[in-house]
Amino acid sequence: MSVPHDAGAPGGRLLHRLRGGLRLRHHKQVSCARPVERPALPDVLIVPLQQHLGLPAQALVQAGDRVLKGQRLGEVDCSGGVSVHAPTSGTVRAIEHRPMSHPSGRSGPCVVIEPDGQDRWCEPSPVTDWQTRQPRDLLDALCAAGVVGLGGAVFPTHQKASLGRVRGTRTLLLNGAECEPYISCDEMLMREEPHRVIEGARVLQRACGAEHVILAIEDQMGAVFDALQQAVGEATDIELVKVPAIYPEGGERQLIQVLTGQEVPADGLPADLGILVQNVGTAAAVADAVIRGRPLIERYVTVTGHGVVEPRNLLALIGTPVSHLVHHCGGYRGDADRLVVGGPMMGFTLRSDSEPVVKASNCLLVLSADDLRAPQPEMPCIRCGECARVCPAGLLPQQLQWQVRTGQWEAAADHHLRACIECGCCDFVCPSHIPLAAWFRHGKGQLKAQARERAAADHARERFDARAARVERQKQEKRERLAAKKKALRERSAAKKKTPVSTEEVRR
Amino acid sequence: MKRQAFKTSQAPHIPSTATVGQVMRQVLYALIPGILLQIVFFGPGVLVQIALATGFALGFEALMLRMRERSIARFLGDGSAVVTAVLFALCIPPLAPWWISAVAMLMAIVVAKHLYGGLGQNVFNPAMIGYVVVLISFPKYLTRWQAPADLSTHSLSLNETLAAILHGALPVGVSWDSITQATPLDTLKTGMHAGESLPEIMLSPVFGQFGGMGWEWVAAAYLAGGLYLLARRIITWQVPVSALGVVAAVTLPFWLLDPVTHVSPAQHLFSGALMLGAFFIATDPVSGCTSNLGRLWFGLGVGLITLVIRQWGGYPDGVAFAVLLMNMAAPLIDRYTRPRAYGT
Repeated sequence: MSVPHDAGAPGGRLLHRLRGGLRLRHHKQVSCARPVERPALPDVLIVPLQQHLGLPAQALVQAGDRVLKGQRLGEVDCSGGVSVHAPTSGTVRAIEHRPMSHPSGRSGPCVVIEPDGQDRWCEPSPVTDWQTRQPRDLLDALCAAGVVGLGGAVFPTHQKASLGRVRGTRTLLLNGAECEPYISCDEMLMREEPHRVIEGARVLQRACGAEHVILAIEDQMGAVFDALQQAVGEATDIELVKVPAIYPEGGERQLIQVLTGQEVPADGLPADLGILVQNVGTAAAVADAVIRGRPLIERYVTVTGHGVVEPRNLLALIGTPVSHLVHHCGGYRGDADRLVVGGPMMGFTLRSDSEPVVKASNCLLVLSADDLRAPQPEMPCIRCGECARVCPAGLLPQQLQWQVRTGQWEAAADHHLRACIECGCCDFVCPSHIPLAAWFRHGKGQLKAQARERAAADHARERFDARAARVERQKQEKRERLAAKKKALRERSAAKKKTPVSTEEVRR
Repeated sequence: MKRQAFKTSQAPHIPSTATVGQVMRQVLYALIPGILLQIVFFGPGVLVQIALATGFALGFEALMLRMRERSIARFLGDGSAVVTAVLFALCIPPLAPWWISAVAMLMAIVVAKHLYGGLGQNVFNPAMIGYVVVLISFPKYLTRWQAPADLSTHSLSLNETLAAILHGALPVGVSWDSITQATPLDTLKTGMHAGESLPEIMLSPVFGQFGGMGWEWVAAAYLAGGLYLLARRIITWQVPVSALGVVAAVTLPFWLLDPVTHVSPAQHLFSGALMLGAFFIATDPVSGCTSNLGRLWFGLGVGLITLVIRQWGGYPDGVAFAVLLMNMAAPLIDRYTRPRAYGT
């Protein structure tokens, strides 16, 4: 049902319509006006051992150890996660549980490093002949360099690429359509270092076996398009596409729909369509990891919002406390009220600015009381349907919120609650101020927990059934053995009767 | 460095700007042109009825909120009771006695709305419940429409109107028969039953250019108000387009084939409550369908049932009954018209 509505790139790719979505005020110029800076080293760096989806890394260092910049602090098997590295040289002060800028607010083991101020690198180990090496080697290098998806999901990049390779990826889709308001770290990266992004694209292309690359940016990114075009040069297998700035067009599934008109199956992955999606920041990290042999220890972070004196983008070391970055941007304004990691639509709040920047932290948004206004009281749903109109997943939020509130999990699952991408569009337009996105996050968590329980129960039942079958089989075998024995005995005695010779002999 | 603590909350962090009150106020603004024209043609009684119904509605609303221990300040300000009252008042004859409003609002606000759980929970459109209850119970008062201003021999002043509504008293020398008149739809129905041909019936002065005399302009004003609501995205196009569309589509071929026995589509669209109903009543989100496809079916049902009642039913118009019948069907329609989720 998607209707082409715009010819995007000069190449003239026909774009398709996103379902629902919102045109939001983007507030990006606030942080794009100043050049990117690298703040001074902080007094302390807090590096969580788990900054990726999967299993936490196991510490390789101890308190008191001296570490070099780029040295591995923790590692985990590549099937479970990625390594974690020292963002600068210095001394490990402790390995302890600390809050780690996670949406859940939870704490986890972190390596606390006191920098020595020399910022001394360990020996880099680049894959110099990456253009001719086996993809397997490139994937291993990514795992060793701790590369994860920097768009927010922090899924290990080598796992995603590896799956893409197995499933036959034709298109590598680089996502530069940073659609949430305020966030501009990807835009600044593409503006400042387009070559690094394109290099990363080439490495990823080799790693996953894609025939061609599409790099999608928003149509309001101005100078970015020209910078990228220059970096692409004469290459014909990299296509630059501008997509209209509609939130949440930068969502993986939404972007695929806009670019191809296809929908990723609800229970499937982009790999099912032969597409591998990576964030442009991830691509830059991939280039560093493979070509320069440098692990992922820093990233572009947008520090913005009306609660910050000088909003700008920073090239921040992973583990830098949030307070240090805000201080570099002139500190807080008087009415700073809320500290959000991520954008205003999907970000989560931090209780304290002592928490570190991690691989997932794309933006620190400090909202002032002015941005927030007094919270409006929640009213009953009047079923106006605005939420359904803007839902990019084609759901009926007004129905779902009712089911989630009353715990009708089967009905909610039947109404495709799992397909909710938590973009918050429904919340934003609701005249009754129902916290829909929060309800849906809760509901999805419940469905997941139930699925886990069901899986555990199924597993237990299977084991029980298998045991019962085994016991039954053993009994059966025993019976058969017994029967065979009896039969043999009977046959033997019958044979004795049938052989008169022997009886006669006996008689004799 | 000084550490700072912050408040936590859930995304999204940009507050939504729309409110239920705003939605209801927009609906009221959109009714203004229609109300003004209705006053022009049918006298100040229209305004008195609006005031009466609004007063009763707010009174019952406050009473019920208090009994249900809900915030009176928050819910009384949401404007939903006022919308119910105004829509009801526009449906009844301007000289109906005051207690008609009281009974109707009791049914609408207390029974149809709060006994079902209040705002957002009512199965039926409260205004139509109120209207249908008094229409069935007190037909004498609900069919006593004044003649539009141009045809009337005596137009009542505000004081005379008040006296009529509050005491049922008319000025000396004026009888109910002299100021009231059959509505265009009434005239059509009785004429057709008597076996007259349409051209004969249409000679009656109650008919105007394309609808009923006076009524046609009121309906046109509601059409304009409805278009305003569409432009402001308070309502979606599906219900009005399908309701009006099906009426036009069904009546057009019959009228083209035989204009002597069949009423024209324009006559259908611009008389009675169809225009008001299609844009302001059947679009009530609470008691209607939620999906866009469902809304098409809902509108279709409202249009068809209205036509059936106008043609064969015992009442000259059928919008209120059509809306209530479709309210009943809405959950079922919703069940079968769910939009396809992404990737399914």
